[in-house]
Amino acid sequence: MESLVKQETQPKPRLIVRLGVFLASHHILFSVICCSAGIIALLLLPSLAKNTYLSENALIPGSATPLFSTEDAIEANRFMKGIEAADGDSIGGIDMAKFIAKQIEELGAEVCYHKFLPHSKHFHPLKFFTSMSNDMAIQPNGTDTNFGINTVGIIRAPRGDGKEAIVLVTPYNSQRVHSNELLSLALGFSVFSLLSRAAWLSKDIVWLSADSQFGEYAAVSAWLNLYHNPVFPSHSVILDTKIHGADHIYDGNAEKAEFEAFKRAGTMAAALIFKVGETRRYGDRDSVTMYAEASNGQMPNLDLLNAVHYLAVHRQGFRVNIAAFSSLLSSAWLRVIADFFHTLGTVLRKINPDWKLDIAVPDYVEGTANLASSIYKQAIGVPTGSHGAFRDYQVDAVSLEFTPTFNVRNENAKSLFLLRGGRLVEGVVRSVNNLLEKFHQSFFLYFLTAPSKFISVGVYMIPFALLLAPLPIVAAALADGSKTMKKLAEKSIGDSKTNGSADFLQSKGGSWKWLQAAKVLLVIQLWAVLVSLLPYYITQIPDATPIQSSVIWAMLSIVILIALYVMSGSPYSAGVEWKLLKATMITSISIGLGLMSIINFATAQLGALIMIPMCLFSRPLKARSGMNFLPRAVLLASNITLAVVGFPPAALLIMKGLSKGSWTVDIGEFWVWMEFLWEWSSATYLYLFLVHLPCWLLCIHVLLHPCSQSESKMKQE
Amino acid sequence: MAGGLLRSIWRRIEGGEAVRAPPSGRRMRTGGGERLPHHATGGQPPEPVHATPPFSSASLPSPALMAPPSPPPGTVLFMHLAILFLLAAAAAASAAALEEEFTEELLLRPLPDRKALAHFYFRSSAPPAASVGRHHHLFPKAISQLVKKYHISELELSFTQGRWNYEQWGGFDPMSTSNAKPPGVELWAVFDLPLSEIDATWKNLTHTLSGLFCASINFLESSTSFSAPRWGFKSNEGNLRYGALPREAVCTENLTPWLKLLPCRDKAGIASLLYRPSIYKGYYHSQKLKLRSSQSLGIILDQTLTVVLQPNTINGKQLHSSHRQLQPSWSMRHLFNRKLSGKCLVSKSSRIFIEVDKGIVDKINKSGSDLSWNNEFFVLSNGPDRLTKDLNNLEVQSSSIYEYDVSNCSEEKPFDVGITWKLPLIWSCTPSPFHVSRFLMGSGNERGSIALSFTSTNLHKKIFGSPNDCSIKAIIFQIVPWYVKVYYHSLEIFIDGNRKAVSDVVDKIHVTPSEDKLLPGTLEMLLRFPCSMRSATLALDFDKGFLHIDEYPPDANQGFDIPSALISFPEFNSARNFPETDPLLGSPLLENFQEDTVVKSYTEVLLVPLTTPDFSMPYNVITFTCTVLALYFGSLLNALRRRISEEERELKKTATRHGLLPLLLAKLRGQKVDPTESGSSSESTGSKKLLFKVVFVAAAAVLFHYFSNS
Repeated sequence: MESLVKQETQPKPRLIVRLGVFLASHHILFSVICCSAGIIALLLLPSLAKNTYLSENALIPGSATPLFSTEDAIEANRFMKGIEAADGDSIGGIDMAKFIAKQIEELGAEVCYHKFLPHSKHFHPLKFFTSMSNDMAIQPNGTDTNFGINTVGIIRAPRGDGKEAIVLVTPYNSQRVHSNELLSLALGFSVFSLLSRAAWLSKDIVWLSADSQFGEYAAVSAWLNLYHNPVFPSHSVILDTKIHGADHIYDGNAEKAEFEAFKRAGTMAAALIFKVGETRRYGDRDSVTMYAEASNGQMPNLDLLNAVHYLAVHRQGFRVNIAAFSSLLSSAWLRVIADFFHTLGTVLRKINPDWKLDIAVPDYVEGTANLASSIYKQAIGVPTGSHGAFRDYQVDAVSLEFTPTFNVRNENAKSLFLLRGGRLVEGVVRSVNNLLEKFHQSFFLYFLTAPSKFISVGVYMIPFALLLAPLPIVAAALADGSKTMKKLAEKSIGDSKTNGSADFLQSKGGSWKWLQAAKVLLVIQLWAVLVSLLPYYITQIPDATPIQSSVIWAMLSIVILIALYVMSGSPYSAGVEWKLLKATMITSISIGLGLMSIINFATAQLGALIMIPMCLFSRPLKARSGMNFLPRAVLLASNITLAVVGFPPAALLIMKGLSKGSWTVDIGEFWVWMEFLWEWSSATYLYLFLVHLPCWLLCIHVLLHPCSQSESKMKQE
Repeated sequence: MAGGLLRSIWRRIEGGEAVRAPPSGRRMRTGGGERLPHHATGGQPPEPVHATPPFSSASLPSPALMAPPSPPPGTVLFMHLAILFLLAAAAAASAAALEEEFTEELLLRPLPDRKALAHFYFRSSAPPAASVGRHHHLFPKAISQLVKKYHISELELSFTQGRWNYEQWGGFDPMSTSNAKPPGVELWAVFDLPLSEIDATWKNLTHTLSGLFCASINFLESSTSFSAPRWGFKSNEGNLRYGALPREAVCTENLTPWLKLLPCRDKAGIASLLYRPSIYKGYYHSQKLKLRSSQSLGIILDQTLTVVLQPNTINGKQLHSSHRQLQPSWSMRHLFNRKLSGKCLVSKSSRIFIEVDKGIVDKINKSGSDLSWNNEFFVLSNGPDRLTKDLNNLEVQSSSIYEYDVSNCSEEKPFDVGITWKLPLIWSCTPSPFHVSRFLMGSGNERGSIALSFTSTNLHKKIFGSPNDCSIKAIIFQIVPWYVKVYYHSLEIFIDGNRKAVSDVVDKIHVTPSEDKLLPGTLEMLLRFPCSMRSATLALDFDKGFLHIDEYPPDANQGFDIPSALISFPEFNSARNFPETDPLLGSPLLENFQEDTVVKSYTEVLLVPLTTPDFSMPYNVITFTCTVLALYFGSLLNALRRRISEEERELKKTATRHGLLPLLLAKLRGQKVDPTESGSSSESTGSKKLLFKVVFVAAAAVLFHYFSNS
C-alpha cells in the first residue's frame, strides 16, 4: 500500500528514459528484431544500389574525338617488335629498360631509370597509423645483383606550369616476359608517344614502366617512395657505387649518366595502371576489369571509375567487369533469396510505384557476388594491385586489366585492340587533364555492385547501425538485471532485518560488482595485445615453417593466458556474474566495432555480422532457465556453432571451404594468412587480435561459466 | 605673346577634353603619331610644347572656339599659329637628341629541340619630364602618368604561360636571363620615394596596372602576397617590392592592352606579325613590360614578347618519331601565318635579326666553311644586310646575328625570311652553371619539405678552366606564402650526398619569417658551392597551415601555389659582346644584350595540397547548430516556465482523473460514476468534444484526399 502511494507521488520520468526502460525490459525481442533487420538490410543492399553518375563536370569524358589513330597502333607494333628483339639478347632484363629509355628519348621526352630492391617482409602492424615512413627506401648497395629497374618517361606539358602530373603505369616482368606484357608495354608506349605530340596537355605525363619481378606493388611503391620521400645521403650512394652488374647499362657514356638522376614532375593528380592480361579465345567482346581497392578499404574517388567506365563502355565498346565471387553466381540459396526479394519488390511496387526494389533475379545474384567481393576485398585491407601504392600518397588510382579475345597471331585483331585500348587510355588522360581541382566531388566511401552501380556510405551504414543498435540496450538490461536480482535477494534479507545501513552497504558492494568483470576484460585485452605482438618474435626464428610458427604461436598464447590467470586469479574464482561479464563484453565489442568502422568500415561490417549474434546469444551452458527442452537445445546448438564460427582460424577454414571447396585442415595456413595481413600493414590484423579475439574468448568464458554462486546464494536465501 | 594666347586657348581645349575622355593622351597620341614631322619642339620652354598637340586637334575644335569672337581675330590667331610652328620646326633639328623615339625589332632563333624562338622588342622612350611636360607624341601617356604619379624608377611586369626549358633553350644567354620568367604574373618595382610611403604606393600601383592590363594584379595588393627583398633579387635600399601570382592565366585580354601601348598597335610594323592563334599555340609565351625612369634619361619603356613556337614543317605534317633527325625549316610566314608588309611609320628603326647559336657556329667553324648566310648546314632565304658576331671574353666567336632592315618593304613587296636546313645538325645551348629544380617532399595534409636540388653542368670548367679549389656563388631568393609555415632552422644541405654544416655553405642569409595572414616568408641566401661539386640539395621543412573558410580562393581543391624561386649566379655574366656595333646605329635589342646581367634561372612553381573543407559543410553546420540551439532553448524555457507546485497539483489531478475508456466501461457495466467528482461530467464532455474534433478532422482529411485524387 505504502509503495503504491510512493509510486503515485513520484513524477513520471521523461519519455526517453521510459523508452529506454521499455526497450531494456524487452531487450531480447529488440535485439532479435534489430539483428534480423540488419541482416535483411544487408541482403537488400544490391537492390538499393544506385547508378553511378559523373559529379565533376570538368571531366567531360568522351567529348573530344580521340586522336589515337592506326598510325599509333602501327607505332605500337613497331615498338613491340623492337622490344621482342631486345628481350631476345637481354641479360637480366636490362636491355629492355635500355630499349624503352631509348624510345622515350627519341620522342623528345625526359627519361630516367629507377633502381630498387625488393622490400623484405617486416612485421609492422601499426604502420598504417604513421605516415609512410622511409623504411622502404632501401637502396641497392654494391653487393646486390638482384634489383629491379623501372624506366620513367616524363612529358612536360607544352603550355602547362608543371604543377601537376598524371601517371601511367605499365607493369612488366623483366625476368620472364610474356607476350601480353609486351603488348601492354607497346600500348603504354604508343599512348605516351601520342601524348608527347599533344598540344592540349595541361598536366605533365609520367609513364612508369614498372619492373614487376618482385611484384607490381613493390616496384610502384618503391618509385613512389623515392618520389615523395627521397633520402639524400643514400641517394648519392647509388650514384657513386654503381650496382654490380648494372655497369654495362651505362656504356661509360656521360650522356647516359644523366638518366641516373631521379626526375620528377609535379603533384600527382591521378594514376592509371593498365596491363593486358591473358588473351581469351572465347567471348564476344574484349573486356576490361577494374581494380580499385587500396589498403584498409580506401577507394579512389568514384568519379575516376565513372570516367573509365563511361569511356570503356560507351566510347570503345569494352565490357567492363569488376572482381566477383564467382561461386556465389551459381549458388541456389542466393537465387531463392533473390526470388523472394523480387516478389516482395513487386508487391511493394504495387503499393507505391516509387519503391523500386524489384530487381531482376540475375541482376540481384550478380550484384550480390560483386558486392560480396567488394566488401571482402575492402575488409581484408590489402590493396588489390599497384594502385594501392598511390592511395597511400592520397593519389587516386585505378588498375585496368584488359582481357582481349583474339589470337596473338592475328595482327588485325591486335591492331584493333591496340586502337581501342589506346583510345580508352587517351580518353581517361584527357578527362583527368581537364580537371582544375583534384578529385573531390564524388564519393570516396562506397561499395560497387556492378561497374556502374554503387552503394554509398549513407546506405551501407544502415545494416551496420541496425546490428550495433541492440548492444547498448542489452548491456544496460543485463547490468540492470543483475542489480535487480541482487536487490531482490537482498530485499528478502532486508525485510527481516530492517537494518538500513547494512542494506545500504550491501547494495553498494553490489553496484561496484562490475569492477570484477572489468578486471577480467582488462586481463583478456592484455593477453590479446601480447598475442598480437608475438609474431614479431616468432618471425625472428630462422627457417621456421608456417606450421611450426603457428603451433608456437598457439602454444605461447595459451601459456600466456594461463600465466595471466595465475597472476590475477581465475575469472570464475572472484565470483563474477555471467550477466555482468556479458555486459562488459558487449560494451567492449561495441566500442571496438565503432572504432573499426572509422578505420575500415567493411571489416567492421563483416565483424559485426559474425560477432554480434555470437555475443547476444551467448549464455552459460549450465545456466538454468525455465525453457523447454527444444528451445534450450536450439539455443545451445546455436551458441556452440557461433562460438566455433567466431574463432578466427575456424572462420578462415570455413571461408576457404566455401570459396574453394577444399576442407583440409592446414594449421600453417593461418600463419600464412596472418603474415599476409601484417606484411601489407592491414588494420584488419589489429582488429582480429584486439577486438575479435578477446571478444571471442570472453564469449567462451560466458559459455563455460559455472553459474553456481549467485544461484546457490539465491537458494540459500 | 603668341605663346600666351595659345596657352590660354589650349587650357580651354584641354579642360573640355579632359572632362569628356580621361585617357585623352592616348587619343592625341595616336592622332599625333601620324604627324611626326611637326613635333619637333623638344628644346623649347614648356609653353610651346603645350602648343604642339592642339595643332592636331586645332582644326577640330576651332569652329567652336571661333564662334564668339569676330572673324578678324581668328585670322590673326591662325597667323600666329603658323608662325609659331615655323619656329618650332626650325628648332626641331637642334634638339633631336631629346625626341621621343620608338624602335621595333624582332629576333628569331632556331632552338635545338626543333622549335623556334621569336623575341619581339619594342622600345619607346620619352625625354626627361621637365622638357616634355604632360604630353607625348609616341610615348604612351598612361605609362608616363603612372611613372610620375607613383615615382617609379624601375618597374617590370611580365605575363608568362609555359615554362622556359633551361636545358634545351639555354640558360646562359641574355634571352634566358632576362626573358625567361616564371609562369603567371611577376611584378617588381623600385620606387623613388621615402620608405614609409612605398607600401601604400605599391598598393595603388597594383590596382592601376590591374586596370591597365586586364589582369588580377590587384591581388598583389595584400601584404601577404608581396615582399621587400634586400639583396636576393636585386640589390636596393629597401625601395623595391616584389610580388608574383603563379596562377594568373595569360591570354589575349592581356596582350591587347599591351599592344595599345605601341604607337601602331598591331596594325602596322613588326607587331602586325602577332597573329593570336599562332603565338598562343606556342610552348612558351611571355610578354613583358620594363620601365626605367630617371631625371637624366627620361622614361624608357621596353616591351618584349618572347614566344617559343613549334614551326609547322613545310609539308605541314607532324613527323613521327622515327625520322626526327632533320631540323624543320621555317620562315616567318610559317611561324606567324602573317606577312610583314611595311614598318610602323613612326618607328625610328625596324629590324629583324636571326641569331644562330654558339653550338651551330662551332660546328660550322669546325667544318671549315665560313659563316655566311648560305653555308654548308643551312641557308637563309634572303641575304642579310649585316652580320654581327658576338665575341666572348677570349675573343672567340660565340654566336652570330644576321640583321635585316625592313624599313623598305611594303604591301606589294612583303618581307619574309626563313631558314632552310641542308644537313641534320644536333647542337646544344650553353646551360647555366647549375641546373636547378625544386620539388616537394612528403605527403599528407600535415607537413612536408621543400627541396632545391642543384646539378652541376660543368660550365665553370669551360669558362674558368678546371681549378678544383674554386667556388661558385649562388643566390637563392624565395617567397613562401604564410600558410606554408617554413621552419628555416631545419635547413639541411647535402653536397654530393654528404650532409654539410650550414655555415660551411651559406655565406649570407636574410630571412623574413612569415606572419599569419600578414606577411609572406622571404628567404634570401648566398651560397658558396665548391666547383668540384656534382649535385647539392637543400631541404626546408614546413607545416601546412589552416585557412579561414573565406580565405580560400575559388577552386581551392586544386591546392596552393608556392611561387617560383629565383636562383642567380652573380659570378656569371651573360652579356654579349658585339665589337663592331656602331653605337649610333645600335639597336636597343642588341644594346640590351650587351648589358651586364647576371645569370638567373627560375624554378618550377609548386603545388601544395592543403586541408580543404567540404564547402557544403557550412550548411550542415548551420542546420546542426540550429537544432542544438532549439533543443537547448526549448528545454531551458520549459524548465523556467514550469512551477513545481503547479506540477504536483497537475499530477494529483491526473492520478484522480479516470480515462475515457474506464469511464465508458463503468457506464456499460451500469456502475454509477462517483458523484464526488464534480468535474467528471464536464471532463467527459470535454473529451467527447475532443474525440468529435479528431473524427471531424480525420473525415475532412479523407474527403479532401478523395476529392483531390478524383
